[in-house]
Amino acid sequence: MKFMLMMHAPRAGWTTAGIGTWPPDDIKAHINFMRRFAVELKDAGELVGAEGLAGPEEARVVRAGKGGAPEVTDGPFPEAKEFLAGYWIVDVDSRERAYEIAARASAAPGKGGVPVNMPIEVREVMSAPPSDL
Amino acid sequence: MTTFDSGGEHLLRELAPQVLGAVVRRFGDFAAAEDAVQEALLAAAMQWPSEGLPDNPRGWLIHVAARRMTDQLRAELARRRREAIVVMQATDDEQIVPGPDSGTREEQDDTLVLLFMCCHPALTRSSAIALTLRAVGGLTTAEIANAYLVPEATMAQRISRAKQRIKTSGIAFRLPAEKDRSERLAAVLHVLYLIFNEGYATSIGASLQRADLASEAIRLARAVHRLLPGDGEVAGLLALMLLTDARRAARTGPDGELISLDKQDRTLWDRRAIEDGVALVTAALSRGSIGAYQLQAAVAALHDEAARAEDTDWPQILALYGLLKRMSDNPMVALNHAIAAAMVEGPEAGLKLLHALDADPRIGGHYRLAAVRAHLLELAGNRDAAIAQYQFAAARTASVPERNYLTTQAARLAEAGASG
Repeated sequence: MKFMLMMHAPRAGWTTAGIGTWPPDDIKAHINFMRRFAVELKDAGELVGAEGLAGPEEARVVRAGKGGAPEVTDGPFPEAKEFLAGYWIVDVDSRERAYEIAARASAAPGKGGVPVNMPIEVREVMSAPPSDL
Repeated sequence: MTTFDSGGEHLLRELAPQVLGAVVRRFGDFAAAEDAVQEALLAAAMQWPSEGLPDNPRGWLIHVAARRMTDQLRAELARRRREAIVVMQATDDEQIVPGPDSGTREEQDDTLVLLFMCCHPALTRSSAIALTLRAVGGLTTAEIANAYLVPEATMAQRISRAKQRIKTSGIAFRLPAEKDRSERLAAVLHVLYLIFNEGYATSIGASLQRADLASEAIRLARAVHRLLPGDGEVAGLLALMLLTDARRAARTGPDGELISLDKQDRTLWDRRAIEDGVALVTAALSRGSIGAYQLQAAVAALHDEAARAEDTDWPQILALYGLLKRMSDNPMVALNHAIAAAMVEGPEAGLKLLHALDADPRIGGHYRLAAVRAHLLELAGNRDAAIAQYQFAAARTASVPERNYLTTQAARLAEAGASG
């Protein structure tokens, strides 16, 4: 079973308390954790893919305009309280294992080494149907 | 020398477990032997098409794999000598005498021993599957990764961890003890069943090439059946695969949309596979043995033998699911039992059985329960409730074609309601 683990960061306080405002060593520890975490998942034979996304400042929302031309507006939807900071896609034997991995990700070290405790949304990746055996 | 054609690849895959068995017995180290055999298979796939098939393909492969093993051992020894820790006699690869191509009893047993090893209960399900496909099926890591849509590096790691686990668990290269035999065989059959399921379930639309997994599972099940012709469950599983796979072409429409059994064009079903499957399950059942795979195969046979959906022998299917239900506490079986009951005794009878399942945490709230309930509600003429259940199920399935199917069912009923 494949799951997408989405790491959501709160939009409020992003510029005043986000990762960019942490002491350099804490940022380094966080990044190292994420790197090691990805290697760990790969070594476990469970990692399908993982990416961190650039900050919401550069995000744009695109709709098809006249004749299909891109109509670009600023930022994530303004009403959104959180934004997607990164994701993992894992291939695991059970839903419980996906939850375990999500909890590990959520415990990534933040400012002062305290776990960020970021909410991780766990969604099953759509696949083909189970057989009708 | 004969030329290497499409049969050549088939031959390689057929020989893979025999060669691996011979090398493991010679060197003992399963993990290293498995790597060496993969390299030998790759070498053969590169060389044989241009140079032609060697006179003794099996001996050739063993020879090449053994040479890799000795090269590795020599390198290891040289390293140790340099470190002046131990001095050992180098092994001589000439000691390996390639045998004839006709598999002896021992070589055939090797395939079985390998299957028991690769499907050992100490391994996780996904690693057992990956290892089986590589070590017994002779597939490359890239092919397996492709079939399961994960990166090759991830699959490679999964396989190497599985081998590591075999090593640390002290799983020996021999047939399991008599007392564990049936339980261990059940684990092997379950892995083959899962491989088949993955291939069959995904043999639609753009992922058509993944159907190879279904064929591979059938090939492996055939091999096990050849080795254990008297085992009813092995025959039952092979029959179940053949009887299910026979419907593959009719199961999806031109755009990959699912077509339910009662609406399938039965002329597209594979008659030959059906005959084989029916013969297998009939023979198994007539020996008086009984088991879950045989019963499921018998159900599949009853569906496959009906010329039209309305000719289906539902009373017989109901009886078979009744037996299955008594044998195992499986909610999916209970679900199928309810469908059969609805077909025989009317939708209300089926709905009543479904009601009992709501309390089962394994399936209560599950989309499959909702999908079946929707179908039975529709049969009972309760259109609004059926629409709601189709929509409930559509929102909960993790399968794209199934979601499309369920959404379409809900829409079709809503439209019929609006126009009627």
